[in-house]
Amino acid sequence: MTEPALSRKPELVCPAGTPAALRTAVDAGADAIYCGLANETNARNFAGLNFSADSLAQSIAYAHERNAQVLLAVNSFATAPRTQLWKDSVDIAAELGADAVIVADIGVAAYVAARHPGLRLHLSVQAGASSPEAIRYYCEQFGVKRVVLPRILTVAEISAIHRQIPCEIEAFVFGNIGMMSEGRCSLTNYATGVSTNMHGVCSPASAVQYVSQPDGGTSAELGPFDIDCYSAEQSTGYPTICKGRYTNADRPEPYYAFEEPITLNLSSLLPDLMNAGVTALKIEGRQRSRSYVQMVVSAFRRAVDDISTGQRPDLSGLAQLSEGGKETQGAFKTKKWR
Amino acid sequence: MTANLTMGPVLFHWPEQQKRDFWFRIADEAPVDVAYLGEVVCSKRTPFFDHSLEAVAERLQRGGKRVVWSTLAEVVNKLDRKVIESFCGFDEVEANDVSALHYLTGRPHRIGQYLNIYNEETVRHLSNNGATHFCLPVELPMPAAAELAKAVGETGAGVEVQVFGKVSLALSARCYHARAHNRTKDNCQFVCEKDPDGMDLKTHSGKSFLSVNGIQTLSDKYLTLSSELPALEEAGVTAFRLSPHSCDMVQVASAYRQLLDGEISASELDDILDQTSVPAQRMNGFVHGKPGFQYVANQS
Repeated sequence: MTEPALSRKPELVCPAGTPAALRTAVDAGADAIYCGLANETNARNFAGLNFSADSLAQSIAYAHERNAQVLLAVNSFATAPRTQLWKDSVDIAAELGADAVIVADIGVAAYVAARHPGLRLHLSVQAGASSPEAIRYYCEQFGVKRVVLPRILTVAEISAIHRQIPCEIEAFVFGNIGMMSEGRCSLTNYATGVSTNMHGVCSPASAVQYVSQPDGGTSAELGPFDIDCYSAEQSTGYPTICKGRYTNADRPEPYYAFEEPITLNLSSLLPDLMNAGVTALKIEGRQRSRSYVQMVVSAFRRAVDDISTGQRPDLSGLAQLSEGGKETQGAFKTKKWR
Repeated sequence: MTANLTMGPVLFHWPEQQKRDFWFRIADEAPVDVAYLGEVVCSKRTPFFDHSLEAVAERLQRGGKRVVWSTLAEVVNKLDRKVIESFCGFDEVEANDVSALHYLTGRPHRIGQYLNIYNEETVRHLSNNGATHFCLPVELPMPAAAELAKAVGETGAGVEVQVFGKVSLALSARCYHARAHNRTKDNCQFVCEKDPDGMDLKTHSGKSFLSVNGIQTLSDKYLTLSSELPALEEAGVTAFRLSPHSCDMVQVASAYRQLLDGEISASELDDILDQTSVPAQRMNGFVHGKPGFQYVANQS
C-alpha cells in the first residue's frame, strides 16, 4: 500500500455549488469537481445552490470533455420514510455517468453496492470514519475505494492510517472548518428544527436574525439563541453554533467555547500530506462564489504542480480569502489543537 | 405496557466512589431491566473505573439486571482504538462507533444511539451483520422513529429510545472542558470531574443553551418524554432509556416504571419529576418534529 514519495501527483478535488462554478473550477485546473443535487440528499442543501439532473448532465459532459471528473455528493443521511429520495439521487449519478458517488449513510452505501456495483464509491467526511477499523469496515462491506478523512487527525496519524487501509485517502486542505465531528452534530436541529444529518443544512439562513442592541451593537441569532454579539465597531459574523461566544460559571466573559471563526489552510503542509500518502486534496466551499473558486483552485493547482516538480509553492494570496482573515492548520499540525 | 426500562451509560466523569455507589444503588433499588456499563465519551477516563467494573457488573446481575457494555462514541487515537478492541471482547456489546462494528460484525451485538441509524436499509444491513437491538438517534421525529421501529421489528430486534436526561448533540476531537480552562486534551488534568452533569454554557443574553462534557456537547435541558411513551410503544419501541444524572435516578426510574405499569399517568410522572431533584428545564422537541430545545406540553 505504500508508494515512493510523490510518485504520483495528487488529485485536486474542488467544490461547485452551481454549473457556472463547476465550469470555473474545471477551467482553473481542478482534476475533479464535487457537487450535489438541489435537495436534502447532500450536506450543502442551501437555497439557490446545487444541481438539477439536467444541469448535472451538462456539467458532466463539460468536465469529461476537459478530462476532469465529477463526483456526486449524496452524503446526508437517508431518513425514513423519505429513503427513496437518496436512492433516486444515486440512480441519477449512475445514469448520468458521474465518476463516483460520495456517501456517508450505511443504507445508501449498501444500496450503491447492491444496485450499482460498477459505480465508484467514496466515503464522505460525514461518515466520520477516523480509525483504520472503521474505514476497513466500509471497504469490506461496500467496496469503498476512497475515504475522505475527518478533519480531526494529525498528518502523522493520516500517514499511519494510510498504511493500514486498503483504499485511497482524500484530505481537506482549505476552507471552512466545523468544530464538531462530521455527521455527528445535531446542534442546528436543537436550535432550529432543521437537521444537518437529515436535511443537509447547518445554520439555515431562514433561522438567522441580526438584532440591534440598545448599546449600538448587534447580536447574531440562530433560532431564539444569540450565538454572538458584536459592538458597533466590529463587523458581524454569521451565527454558526460551534463558532459562537458563550459564558460559563468559570468564564463570565463570553469566549469562543469551541472555536473562533477561522479558515483551514494547509498550504504549508501540502508536501507533508503528499508524503503521508494522500491521493486527493480537497477544497471546501460549495456555497462559495465563482471568483472564490477561481482564485483558490488556481492557487492550489499551481502549488501542487510546483511541489511535484520540486519547486517551492507560493500560496500567499490565499490568506485574503480566509474567514475573518484568520487561518488555522486545525488538527493536522499538532495534537495540541485538541 | 410491557416495554423494558434501561439505565444508559454514565456520560460524565464522576469520581470512582460516586460512580460505583451509583451503580450499586441502581443494582439494588432501581426497577430497570438493562444497565449499560462503559466509558462512552473519553478513553482517558477509563483507567479510573477499570477495577470497579467487575464488581459493579456482578452486583447489577445479582440485582436481576442485564449488563451491556457500551463502547466509545468517537475514536481518534491509539488508546481509543485499544479501548474499543478490549470492550468488544465482552459478552454483550453496544457499538457506538463504526470502529466497533469492525470487531462485532458476524456475532450478536447492539447498536448504540451514537451510530447514524436513519433508515430501514441501514437497519437491514446491520441486522444481517448480527445487530439484535437498536437505540435510535435522539434527533429522530416520530414518523421516522415509527418507520425505523417497524423495520427493526421485522428483523426481530429490539428498539430503544432515550426518554430522560440531557441529550448528546455533538462530538468533537477537541476537549471543550480543557479549552475552557486553557488546557489541551492531552493536558486536561481531568477538569471535567468538576461538573457532574456537564458544564453549562449560556449565551450573551444569559439564555441557557448547551452543556459541555469533555469532547461531547449536550443539551442544557433535560429530555423528559412521558405522554409520548404509549405512541412510541405502539410504533414498536421495546425499551426506554434513562440517561444517568446526579439527581435521584432511583426515584426517576421508579416513576417511569410506574408509568409503564399503568400505575400513574404521564402528568403524574411529570409532577413526580418536578418534586424530585431533577432540574426544571425540560425539552422534548425532537420527537415532535420541532427544534429539540422546545417543550411541547403534555397532551394527555
